[in-house]
Formats: sequence, C-alpha cells, structure tokens
Amino acid sequence: MLEINNLHCKIEGRSILKGINLKINKGEIHAIMGPNGSGKSTLANVISGHEDYEITKGNIFFKDQEINEFSPEERAHEGVFMSFQYPVEIPGVTVTNFIKTAINESRKSKGLDEMPSSEMLKKIREKAALLEIDSNFLSRSLNEGFSGGEKKRNEIFQMAMMEPELAVLDETDSGLDIDALKIVANGVIKCSNDNNSVLVITHYQRLLDYIVPDYVHIVMDGKVVKSGDKNLAKKIEEIGYDWLKNAKS
Amino acid sequence: MAYTEEELKKQLETKEYEYGFYTEIDSETFPVGLNEEIVKAISKKKNEPKWMTDWRLDAYSTWKSMEEPNWSNLKYSKPNFQDISYYSAPKKKPDLKSLDEVDPELLKTFDKLGISIDEQKKLSGVAIDVVIDSVSVATTFKDTLEEKGIIFCSISDAIQNHPELVRKYIGTVVPKKDNYYAALNSAVFSDGSFCFIPKGVKCPMELSTYFRINQAGTGQFERTLVIADKSSYVSYLEGCTAPSRDENQLHAAVVELIALDDAEIKYSTVQNWFPGDKKGKGGVYNFVTKRGICHERSKISWTQVETGSAVTWKYPSCILKGNNSIGEFYSIAVTNNFQQADTGTKMIHIGKNTKSTIISKGISAGKSQNSYRGLVQISPLAKYARNFSQCDSLLMGNKCGAHTFPYIEVQNKTAQIEHEATTSKIGEDQIFYCNQRGIDTEKALALIVNGFSKEVLNKLPMEFAVEAQKLLEISLEGSVG
Repeated sequence: MLEINNLHCKIEGRSILKGINLKINKGEIHAIMGPNGSGKSTLANVISGHEDYEITKGNIFFKDQEINEFSPEERAHEGVFMSFQYPVEIPGVTVTNFIKTAINESRKSKGLDEMPSSEMLKKIREKAALLEIDSNFLSRSLNEGFSGGEKKRNEIFQMAMMEPELAVLDETDSGLDIDALKIVANGVIKCSNDNNSVLVITHYQRLLDYIVPDYVHIVMDGKVVKSGDKNLAKKIEEIGYDWLKNAKS
Repeated sequence: MAYTEEELKKQLETKEYEYGFYTEIDSETFPVGLNEEIVKAISKKKNEPKWMTDWRLDAYSTWKSMEEPNWSNLKYSKPNFQDISYYSAPKKKPDLKSLDEVDPELLKTFDKLGISIDEQKKLSGVAIDVVIDSVSVATTFKDTLEEKGIIFCSISDAIQNHPELVRKYIGTVVPKKDNYYAALNSAVFSDGSFCFIPKGVKCPMELSTYFRINQAGTGQFERTLVIADKSSYVSYLEGCTAPSRDENQLHAAVVELIALDDAEIKYSTVQNWFPGDKKGKGGVYNFVTKRGICHERSKISWTQVETGSAVTWKYPSCILKGNNSIGEFYSIAVTNNFQQADTGTKMIHIGKNTKSTIISKGISAGKSQNSYRGLVQISPLAKYARNFSQCDSLLMGNKCGAHTFPYIEVQNKTAQIEHEATTSKIGEDQIFYCNQRGIDTEKALALIVNGFSKEVLNKLPMEFAVEAQKLLEISLEGSVG
C-alpha cells in the first residue's frame, strides 16, 4: 500500500526527515511514536503532499506508483486521508456541505457522477451513528466553535465518509477525554478492514490500547530508530525514549 | 429663463456652429461637455414637460457650485466632466448572425454563469427569432402587471404618461443638492426605470428579472424611482450577472425608493461592470446614490452583490421616518486586482421603535482595496430604536486591504446599538485542509468565499442567488497563485 524509501525532507531550509524507511501493507495498522520535534507530523504532511515540505531525497510509493510529485488533492483522490492534528475552521460551510463537496470532487476525478442525495444522506446517517454524532452537529459550520473532541470526531467522521485506502491519523488522541477517545478509536477500528491501512501517529500509548497496531515504529531525529510490535509502545510508556538515543547511528 | 421650443432650436443651431455639433433631431450622440444648453437639449430630446426641464436646470446650477467629494478611501484620477458626452441614445449592438461571431471569452463567462443559449444570444446581441417569443413573454408579463394596476416602465415613459407621480416623488428622497454625483445625475439623467405598486397590491413577480436585458442600454446616468403605495409589496432586481463591458467610464446613478405605510420594498442588485484589466487599466467608475424612505411600519431591504467596476462609491441607505419601520442592508463587495470599493449604508432612525440591520461582507484579493463605510444615526425622536451591524472582511493574499469606517451617532438614550466586525484571511492551512480532502484550490476558494458570504447570498431571490454565487467564483478566479 505505502512504501517510503530513504525519505529526506526540508522545510524552510531545515532538514527534518533524514532517511525514513517504512512499508505498510494492505490491512495493516502501524503506529509511529517519538519525542517532540522528531518529525512525526512532518511525515504525515509529506505523505499528504503539503507543499511547504520539500523532498530532497528518496521516494514515496502509494499503490505501487511514485507519488512524490502528486498534488495533495491527487493523493486524496488516490485514497490518502489525513486526520489533522489541528483541523481548520471554515465559517459558513456546514459539515454536510463540506463532506459532500469532498466526496463529489473525488468522484469527479474518477469520472463518476455526483453521489445521489439519497445515497449521500444514508451514508451520512450511518457514519454519524458510528461516531455518535447528532444531526445538529452536521449543520454547524466546519470546526467553528467545535470543542477539541468534536473536531477530532469530525475528522474521523470524514474519514469514515471518504473510505480512504490509507488513513494517516496525526495525533488524533490529543485533546480527547477518555470517552471521546473510545468513540474515535472505535470508529477507526470499524472502518479498518483487509483492504485498507492505518498509520497512527501518537505521543501516547493510550490510544494504542484501543487501536491495536500490528507494528510500532519509533522516530527520532528524522529517522526510524526502532520497529517492533505493540509491546514496544508499552516499553516506551514505561521508560521513555532515552534508551533509544544510542540506537541512533 | 425658459425657452420656447423655437428659441431653443435656434439657440441649438447657433451652438452647433460654435461647438461644431450636429443638431439633427435624430442625432445619436451629443458633443462632449456640459452646460445649460446640453441639459435643455437632453430634456427636449426626451420631449419633457417644462417642470422637468426646470428641475434639471436647477440641478445643473447646483452641481456647478459643488465640488467633487474627496472623503472616500479611493484613489483615482478625477473624471473630466467637460470631456464626456451627456447624451447618447442606447447603443445599438451590432447585429450578429450567430454565436460564432461573439467574443469567445464572453461566451465562456456566460457558460460559467449557466446562462441559457437563448439568453446568451440576447445578451450578446445576436439577431434571433427567439426574440419574437420573448416579446410575447414580455407582453404576458405586462398584462399581468397591468391587471393589478402596477406601473413598470422607463422613467422617460413615466414622465410622459404619469407625470403627476414622477413630479410628486422625484428628488424627494435624494434631493438634487444631495451630493455632487446626485446633482449631476439630476441634471443629465438619460433614462432608467419607474415602478409604482398601488395600494394593497403584492407584486406577483420579481420585477425586472425578465427585463434585465433591456436595462443594459440605459446609459451612464441612470435614474430609478420605485414607489410602493400603502400595504403593497415589491421585489425589484437590478443589474445583470453577465459582464457589462461599457465604454462609459463614469456611471452616476440615482435610485429612490418610497415605501408608504405598511409597504415593503426589497431591492436587489448585482453589479458587474467592467472592473479594468489585471493591471488596473480601464474599468468603470461607479458613483451611485441609492436611498429609500420608510413611512409607518414599512420596510426597505437592500441586498447587493458588487463584483465589478474599477471604483465603486455607493451607500444604499434607509431613512426610517415612520414609527416601527425597518431598514435592512445586506452586502457582498468583492474587489480583485486593482479594484477599489468604498461602500456601505446609512440608517437614519427618526421614527420610534425603528429597527435596522446591516450585514456587510467585504472580500479583497489581488492589490485591491475594500472599505465598508456606514452611518447609524439615531435622532432624539427615535425612541427605542435598534440597530445591529456586522461587518466582516475576508482577505486573500497579502497585497490587498480591508477597511471599516463605522460612524454611530446616537442622540437618544433608549437606543440599542450593536456592532460586530471581523477580519480574516484565507489561510494556506484552510486551502491545504480542503486539498487534502480532494478539493482543488479553485474549488476550495469558492467554498470558503461562499461560506463567508452565505448570510447575504441567502437574501437574494433564488435564481439570482445561484448566479451570484457563480459570479463570486469567477470574480476571484486566479486570485491565489
């Protein structure tokens, strides 16, 4: 599904990623952990195609094609979704209108007609129920005046609606209380299947109790310094990252 | 002193020589420059009664003593008023045989606006049989209106056929001396629309939706007078979403609305005059005076979408004279490239329990400047008057400007005034967020701008709203690189 080879990238002349390697197969859930400033969010942005990040070396393959030069919207049309750490507000644009536009733009790129309203409505109801979102929420302006929890829930709602092949969740757990965390994690689990993949970026192992990863990677100073299974995340939770510093080459 | 027809003719003949102008009655264009003779000639050309000629002359002498205002937040080279021709018959568009002969750029815009093929033909002056159909449609409309006693015609026709109404109301809301451009318009107005809704009649259709094409030729000094008699209702649409490429650089229109007791007037405008090119060359100066007066329990609602013109100077206002009357102003002003807009409203509260609402949305892109200027005035008599104002500005890029100049004058302690203002910038993070969801930048901008303008777009009549929404998108195309 996703293969990243020796990825280096810069923002404003500063090197952030210094040779990331990562391979995610269909149906797998991967987690990335690491201390502040290690390059986790940068990785999410680079996968999504944020133009501020310049790839200086290496490549990103998605579904066996190199996507280094793809625009963010082209990647989205291919099936890449990112749940934002800080979702932006768009006043006057309702959640429903936004998701409708997003879905139809992706369909348009594939030469499909707009999704019929009845089908859209049915899907919205189904996914809203999954994330325990009530209908008032859907007619509010996108993220405007949303609580931290509502914003994150809305991100996962959009993910559920768009049915991406690869979902990158950038610190989706930050700012969530335990009940909201469970709802969000449950939403992710329900949407995950043998044909899609999830990349969870987090500071805390707490989220991984609910979204259990197949693999855990530790990123430090722009590189993957250690990979393992869910027990690696537990170990980090107990003893921190210091012991890995020596692992850096 | 007044001239007789003969004297005037003689005078004109002499002038002909003096200025080298051609006086044949059918001449299409007057020589450049403005003086009393020109004013008289315009009036004569339109076969106006003496009171109208005198009215124009009075306006002219007022105008002569006035100075062009300088207080706006606009920079432009002042027009030379002696360099303009003050009368030209509605220009006949060249007769084209098919749409193939029309400027393809224009057709592209029509398509984007979703204007039907037939209408495209009409707008671009293609001679077609369909016109016959539309004439019959027009007749049907006219019959319906006549049945209800509604008068809807050009102001020139109204001066001929309903002089008592015109004479009673013209200049009562925007006096001749009101301001420099209003005085100029009063002296030389070429044509415009007149509308009278009789007592208790609800006008069954949006006036001028159909007639918008006819309006295109009304010239640069347009005069509109709308009178809603007691307990009547009318929704009036002005303008056209299709781009108007006009040779006239200066447009100075006057619109007067009169809402008698319990009447309601809804006046919607879409202004899309040529804004000049990307480098700021050319474009129309649009200096308009629009004002309405509300009598007891009546209501006037202005809605405008301003996307065109190089320079816009416009403050549709309400005089809330009657007790319990209501004034509303909903505006979207878009400026791009080098456009400048100084627009807003005045709400003059005189009656008791008068209410006004102002919602202004300014969108600036490119190197444009967009100003909101509004006055809320509560007179000592206006007990329990209320106003709510909201002025939001949206900036695209970092070379444009948004300015807000709210003036509030309260002379009554019982008044309640609220003013809210916000300025925001379309952020790269918003664009990226949309991009990540598969929405390209152009579409993302449209989404954000429409969201921003929604409260005002919702106030437009349905069919107009759809076109206006597309117009916003077109106006801002290519504004974020």
